[in-house]
Amino acid sequence: MSVLSTGESLSAGVAEVLSVTPAPPKKRRRRSKGRAVLAATPYLFLAPGFILFAVTVLYPTVQAFQMSFFDWKIVGSAASEFLGLDNYAKAFADDHFWLALSNSGVYMVLTVAPQIIIGLAIALLIQKKSPTQPLFRVLFYLPVVTSWVVVSFLFKFLFSDDGLINFALGDLLQITNGDTAWLADRWTALIAICALGVWKGIGWSMMIFLAALQGVPQTLVEAATMDGTNRWQRFKVVTVPAIWPALLFVTVMLVIGGFNVFVSVYLITGGGPAGRTDVLLTYMYEQAFNNLDFGYGSAIAVILTVLVFALSVVQMRVFRDRNGGGAL
Amino acid sequence: MRTRRFAAGNAVRILVLSVGAIIMIIPFIYMLSTSFKEQTYVFTNPPQFIPDPATTANYEQAIESSDFVRYFMNSLIVAVISTALSLLVSSMMAYAFARFRFRFKETLFRVLLLGLMIPAIMLIIPQFILAKNLHLLDSLVGLIVFYVAGSLALNTFLLRGFFESIPAELDQAMQVDGANAWLRYWKLALPLAKPGLATATIFTFLACWDEFTIALTLTNSPENRTLPIAIQLFAGQGNNAVQWGLVFAASMIAIVPVIIVFLVFQRYFVQGLTSGAVKG
Repeated sequence: MSVLSTGESLSAGVAEVLSVTPAPPKKRRRRSKGRAVLAATPYLFLAPGFILFAVTVLYPTVQAFQMSFFDWKIVGSAASEFLGLDNYAKAFADDHFWLALSNSGVYMVLTVAPQIIIGLAIALLIQKKSPTQPLFRVLFYLPVVTSWVVVSFLFKFLFSDDGLINFALGDLLQITNGDTAWLADRWTALIAICALGVWKGIGWSMMIFLAALQGVPQTLVEAATMDGTNRWQRFKVVTVPAIWPALLFVTVMLVIGGFNVFVSVYLITGGGPAGRTDVLLTYMYEQAFNNLDFGYGSAIAVILTVLVFALSVVQMRVFRDRNGGGAL
Repeated sequence: MRTRRFAAGNAVRILVLSVGAIIMIIPFIYMLSTSFKEQTYVFTNPPQFIPDPATTANYEQAIESSDFVRYFMNSLIVAVISTALSLLVSSMMAYAFARFRFRFKETLFRVLLLGLMIPAIMLIIPQFILAKNLHLLDSLVGLIVFYVAGSLALNTFLLRGFFESIPAELDQAMQVDGANAWLRYWKLALPLAKPGLATATIFTFLACWDEFTIALTLTNSPENRTLPIAIQLFAGQGNNAVQWGLVFAASMIAIVPVIIVFLVFQRYFVQGLTSGAVKG
C-alpha cells in the first residue's frame, strides 16, 4: 500500500494519458467553465447520431414494450387486442420459458468466467514485447474476427457424431468411447455451444486486457519489486487496480453477450432436441416468427432486457464499491 | 544464473502460449482442409488434416452455383459504408461527451448506453415495421441504416474514453490559436484517437460483416443477400447430409476480408495512445 501512495502522484498523469481503456464517466476531466463555446455546438455534434439512435433503437424499444401488452397482429389491418400483463403471466407459468431462461443462465455462467480468466492469463503471458508477440496475438484473436455463422457451422461439424471432438476424446485420448451424440442431449449440446462461446471470446477479452495492461504504471511495478513483493502481490496491488475499469467493461459486456446468445444456438441445435437447448432468444424468435405470437415474443424479450439491465447495474455497483475502497 | 532462470521462464511462457494457440487454430486448419475434400472423405477415421485426394471442386461449386460474388460484394459494401458512417457519427458524439459541458449530458450518455443492454433481437419486430414504413425493407441501404444505428452505443462509449485521455492542454492551445470545435475534433482529437478508431473499425466491420439476424429478417430477395445468409443457405441445401466441403469453402472465402482488415488495423490496436503527442 505504501508503494501506491508514494508512486501515485508521479505516475497518475502518465497512466491516465497512456490508458487506452475507456475511463468511467465518473472520472472525467473537469472542464473550465465559461469558455467561448456556442451553446449549440455540443448538440450539433450529437444530433446526427442521436437522432438515428432515437429513431432506430429507442423508439423500437418503446414499441417492443408496447407490443408485449397486446396480442399483436402483424398482418394487414387486423386489430391488436390489449391483454395487459397476460403475456407476462403466460411466461411465468410456462415451463419452457423457465427451461430457456436456465439455459441462458447456464451459458452465461459457463462462458463468462473462463473468458475473463483465460483471456487475462494470456494477456499477461503475451504482453511482453517479443518477436513472437504479434503472432500469438493474431492467432488468439482469429476466432473473434470470424463470423458467428461460420464458426457455428464449424463447431456443429466438430461436435458431430463422426467429428473431430469424438475422435480426439475417444480414439486419441481414450477419455470417452468416441461415440458421444453431443448435439442430441441437452447438457452435452450446451457444452458444445459454451465451448464455442469461450473459444470465440477469449481473444476479445485478451485484447481488451492487453490494452489495459499498457496503462499499468511501470514505476509502480518497479517500486513494488524493490520493496520485495512477489509476482502475485504485484499483480494484486498494482496490476488489478490499474486494469479495474477494463475488468468492469469486460465483465459487463460478457454478461450482456452471454444472455444475448442466439445465432450459435439457432444454427448448431436450432434449440433442439425438442427445444431442450432453447435459450431465451431462440424461444422468443420461435414464438414470434414460427407461432406468429409477437406479443408473447416481445414479453420474453422485455423480461430478458430487464434482467440484463438489472445485472449490469448490480455489477457496476459492485465494481465501483470495490474501486472506491481500493488502492486507486 | 539470473539470465538462465529468465530464459527458462521465457521458454515455459512460449510453450504454454504455443499449446494454447494450437488449440485455438486447429478448428480453422480442419475447416480449411475439409474445404478441399470430396464429400466422401469428409468423415474419415482417423481424420485427414491433409486432404487426400485434394480437390478445389467445393470452391468452384460455391462460386459458380449461385450468385456468390454478388453476396460477397453486398457484404463488403454494407460493411465498409456502415463502418465509415458509424465511426464518423459516433466519434462526433463521443467528442461532444468528452469535451463539452451541456445540459442533460450524463443523462443522454446513459440513454445511449442503454443501447448496449437492449438485446438486438428484441428490436427485430419493431425494426421490421419501421423499415417497412420507411421503405427500407429488402435493400442494402436499410441494412446500413440499422447496422450504423446498432453500433453507435459501443463506439461512442469506446471513443469517449479515448478522447478524454487526450490532454486538455492540447485543446486549449488550439483554441488560443482560434480553432473552432469542428477543427479541434477533426485535426486534433481524431488523429490522436487513432488506436481507438482502429479498435472501433475492427469491431464495427466485423459486426456488420458477421450480422445474421437483421439481414435474415429485413432482406429476402437474392440480389440483396449477404454472405452469412448465403452460407446458411449452403448448409441448408442438400437433402439430409450437409455438404461440409461446400459450406467451408464458402466460409473460407468469407473469412478473407476480416483477416485483411484485422491485419491492417491490429498494429494500432494495443499501441499506446497519445505518447506521440506528449513527447511532441
